[in-house]
Amino acid sequence: MSQPFRLNKEGLINRNKKISFTFNGKKLFGYEGDTIASALIANGIHLVGRSFKYHRPRGFFGAGVEEPNAKLQVEFNGHSEPNVNATEMELVEGLSATSQNCWPSVNFDIGAINNFLKMFFPAGFYYKTFMWPKSFWYKIYEPFIRKAAGLGVASIEKDKERYEHKFEYCDLLVTGSGPSGLASAYAAAKNGAKVILAEDKPRFGGTLLTDDVSIDNLSGKDWAEKIISELKSMPNVTVKNRSQVFGYYDHNMLVMFERVSDHLEKKSKFTPRQRLWYIRAKETILSTGSIERPIVFGNNDTPGIFLSAAAKEYMKVYGVLVGKKPLVFTNNDSAYETALEFKKNNVEPIILDTREEHSSELIDEAKSKGIDIRFSHGVIVANGYKKVKSAKIGKLNKDKNSFEKIETIECDCICVSGFWTPSVHLASQSGNKLKYEDKIDAFIPDKKKQHETSVGAANGSFTLEESLKNGFENGSNLSAKITDTKTEIAIPNVNEKKYGTHDKFWCMPLPKNENPKRFVDFQNDVSVSDIEIALREGYRSIEHVKRYTTLGMATDQGRTSNLNGLQLVSNIENKIVPEVGHTTFRPPFTPITIGTIVGREVGMEYMPTRKTPMHEWHEKNNAVFVDAGAWKRPRYYKQGNETLFEASKREAKNVRENVGICDVTTLGKIDIKGPDAAEFLNRVYTNAWMKLPVGKARYGLMLREDGIVMDDGTTTRISENHYHMTTTTAQAANVLSHLEYYLQIVWPELNVNVVSTTEQWAGAAIAGPKSRDMLSKLYPDLDVSNDALPFMGYKEAEFFGVPSRIFRISFSGELAYEINVKSDNGMFMWEKMMEVGKEFGNQPYGTEALSTLRIEMGHVAGPELDGRTIPSDVSLNGLVSKKKDFIGKNSLVREAFNVESRQKIVGLIPIDRKSSIPEGSHIVQDQNAKLPNPKLGHVSSSCWSVENNNPFSLAIMKDGKNMIGKKFFAVSPLKNKSIEVEVISSHYVDPDGKRVRS
Amino acid sequence: MLYIKCPYCGLRAQKEFSYGGDATVKRPNINEEVSSEDWDNFVYMRKSPRGKHIELWQHIAGCRQWIKVQRDTATHEIFQTAKVTEEIR
Ligand SMILES: [Zn+2]
Repeated sequence: MSQPFRLNKEGLINRNKKISFTFNGKKLFGYEGDTIASALIANGIHLVGRSFKYHRPRGFFGAGVEEPNAKLQVEFNGHSEPNVNATEMELVEGLSATSQNCWPSVNFDIGAINNFLKMFFPAGFYYKTFMWPKSFWYKIYEPFIRKAAGLGVASIEKDKERYEHKFEYCDLLVTGSGPSGLASAYAAAKNGAKVILAEDKPRFGGTLLTDDVSIDNLSGKDWAEKIISELKSMPNVTVKNRSQVFGYYDHNMLVMFERVSDHLEKKSKFTPRQRLWYIRAKETILSTGSIERPIVFGNNDTPGIFLSAAAKEYMKVYGVLVGKKPLVFTNNDSAYETALEFKKNNVEPIILDTREEHSSELIDEAKSKGIDIRFSHGVIVANGYKKVKSAKIGKLNKDKNSFEKIETIECDCICVSGFWTPSVHLASQSGNKLKYEDKIDAFIPDKKKQHETSVGAANGSFTLEESLKNGFENGSNLSAKITDTKTEIAIPNVNEKKYGTHDKFWCMPLPKNENPKRFVDFQNDVSVSDIEIALREGYRSIEHVKRYTTLGMATDQGRTSNLNGLQLVSNIENKIVPEVGHTTFRPPFTPITIGTIVGREVGMEYMPTRKTPMHEWHEKNNAVFVDAGAWKRPRYYKQGNETLFEASKREAKNVRENVGICDVTTLGKIDIKGPDAAEFLNRVYTNAWMKLPVGKARYGLMLREDGIVMDDGTTTRISENHYHMTTTTAQAANVLSHLEYYLQIVWPELNVNVVSTTEQWAGAAIAGPKSRDMLSKLYPDLDVSNDALPFMGYKEAEFFGVPSRIFRISFSGELAYEINVKSDNGMFMWEKMMEVGKEFGNQPYGTEALSTLRIEMGHVAGPELDGRTIPSDVSLNGLVSKKKDFIGKNSLVREAFNVESRQKIVGLIPIDRKSSIPEGSHIVQDQNAKLPNPKLGHVSSSCWSVENNNPFSLAIMKDGKNMIGKKFFAVSPLKNKSIEVEVISSHYVDPDGKRVRS
Repeated sequence: MLYIKCPYCGLRAQKEFSYGGDATVKRPNINEEVSSEDWDNFVYMRKSPRGKHIELWQHIAGCRQWIKVQRDTATHEIFQTAKVTEEIR
């Protein structure tokens, strides 16, 4: 099959390698080095999609990142990706592309009826139309919008590709490999600087690939190749193609998106698809070039209308003609190069130049080649629905507001040039306030805000000579400051064509009684009349006009529409463009995949997993795990077909009747050492610590400065100046930071050191009436009697040959001990305990049973210490010293903390003794009261009391201490439950705490 | 992402640090009488300036030291960093 629009020789594609692909089901082929766009155009295909609002037929407009229309759904390598830019995606074997936003097909699109109903789609149509009446929303508006609007379809499959993040540091980052970028990188590299050169296209060289220039007697392309190969050979230089620097963040942090392997047919298993680079650069050269802007005219969105530089790029890079009967419509000299390129390939263009007849190097060359040039002319309206067939052109009068002559001429494409807009996105993102340069009708960077320097076309210099000079100088000077080396480089001789001045003209007038749509923003379907309406309706700020009309939004970010939109607003407003200002440029400059942002942090790699040394045993013994922060803790050990409820009841009951062991390794552990350690603890905890003897543990409560409880736990005096503190699992990191804050900032005079030892110790609790019997078997040589090792006692002893610490502390409320051994010995300890415990009926228990045990004892934990409770709220005011000062003490006198009806912890049991009370339920007087029903408190923790065999809950209740014996309702709208409850003491089991001391 | 110079470790990425608020707040001395107004000011009242602000950061994934950072709250420019025992200008 032949390609009717492929030239025979031109281009940088590999004609020896054919690549087959499909477009909307049709089998086609292109060559290696083609983009989807160049391959389709070579095949004569221009209609690729439908526009967002009016579903008008749309074709290609650009040849790279500036493309507003050609976004396709592309399937390749087994995945489907929406909104792929056809002008950037390289062709790979077997790729299949389909048009988006059209139904049932791109050729016959029912949504196109919107085009004929356009009176219903004015600016702000979403805000106006779909607001009212409300009842229309679900049945009429929403389904309609869903069908009609939107871009591609996101895949619902799991993304099997690999994405990576990379952190890099360099002296100089150069963003763009056009002439100024190459010159900067080269000069800096010669000075010994660490340089990264990033190019978003597959080929290096930027405009050097398409401009008819020579540098030191080499063609632009050959010079670029020479520089790149030299840069690649230097160890201090990283050269990256297919890499778009899309964001400029604080402190010279730039982020780059590298397309690593989408263009490869085969890749190894671990090659990432894309890579995100976080680059911290000492200096940044912004050599991002410029983007051609269109001239606005009627039906200027018809397929077959291109930017003139894009048409030239298709010829010179891809060997593809965008048409065989071109009109070149321009207000400046650069489009003449496109016309000359057509001519070189035996295609006869007609040039329409809005300027009056004059001469310049390029105009003279075009004339001498016999090209038909019509001065003071422009395209009024393009004819043709799915492809340009002809154009109505007009001779402009002197004021360029009406026509002296109008005629229609045949053409199959229109190549338009309205001059050049520097790509200032990255400069603007860096914080640079842009300034308006009248000479080029565009914004360029102003004073530096970070370490960024814009060079070449991105800075408004449009000649090669200037760009190279600019690049060499800045690259050399910026790097010399860093490396202290300055290598002299001769600036090469340049041969380029001199351009004449451009015409400050950007929008064609309309003849009387004609009103075709003139689009400013193709991607968002914003036309001249939409902006006029917005201004008539009173929108003034350019940011408001942007949001109301959607001008410059979405993936396009106004790349081709920005300046023309501003010109329009300034004309209507009778202001100059710099007074109108510009909208904010936001990262990313081009769309990037979510996969790249996420990188490797998916699934199990989303966050670290912390496992205790006994984890494997738990796994082998049917533990069902629960996440506690990053930790995995056994929730229960499943036997047979047990449910969570049944298993936790069995485990808790066994602790109350026999003995159980629980992995408590996850508790935070902090080693505290120093001569002032006791004084420090005395200030940190609410209770007294000065007189705790060596070998004793104490329960402590710590507050924040605002009087709210921060954490609780036991701390043991290991030796004279050495303490072992435990924290809750959840607060371990916060408590350590809290202690460090006071030691480093508030009381640096205290000689104390703190360090986390959470991971150094493995811990197991032994709890239950038979725990002492079991302990005596574990330590046959140790006196473990109540006198020798009383409640809150501490001993160090050998555990079957390994050193261990024994704490007689209890969270379950039973007679209990906690044994700590070095982490490496954790599994050994656990297995020994299981072996020795058999005769006492020992069973392991998980966090669910642990909760049950502490709830029915009325021991508070996270749900009660929720950042809103003070010590008296949770009945821990006995631990608050009246004599000494401590963190948060001064806040406890606050009036609200001391009112008679202050909230307090209580216990709740259901009247029917059967219904479990959902955690989070609200306590109310009257379950049928009108909403909002006054809330008297909330249920913080619930369990099935194994001691009393009925549900029991803890609650924080207003005036709790006077509520004992009263009846209320616990209502949970979430669970749709309302349960009548009776208020009792929070200490449901062993209220006097006899068991722990037994 | 900010680039913060830890006085102990050198320039490090922001994600190694955690923020600790206004560094100029001084806690009333322990074991000394304090008026409730002074106490409330210490616990609750903070200025929220647009511009220069001396604040605490902890190098949590590094040396674990609390440090002082003078930063512009609007532009994120960092003018100076110091140990907590040192004065900033
Ligand atoms: Zn540090």
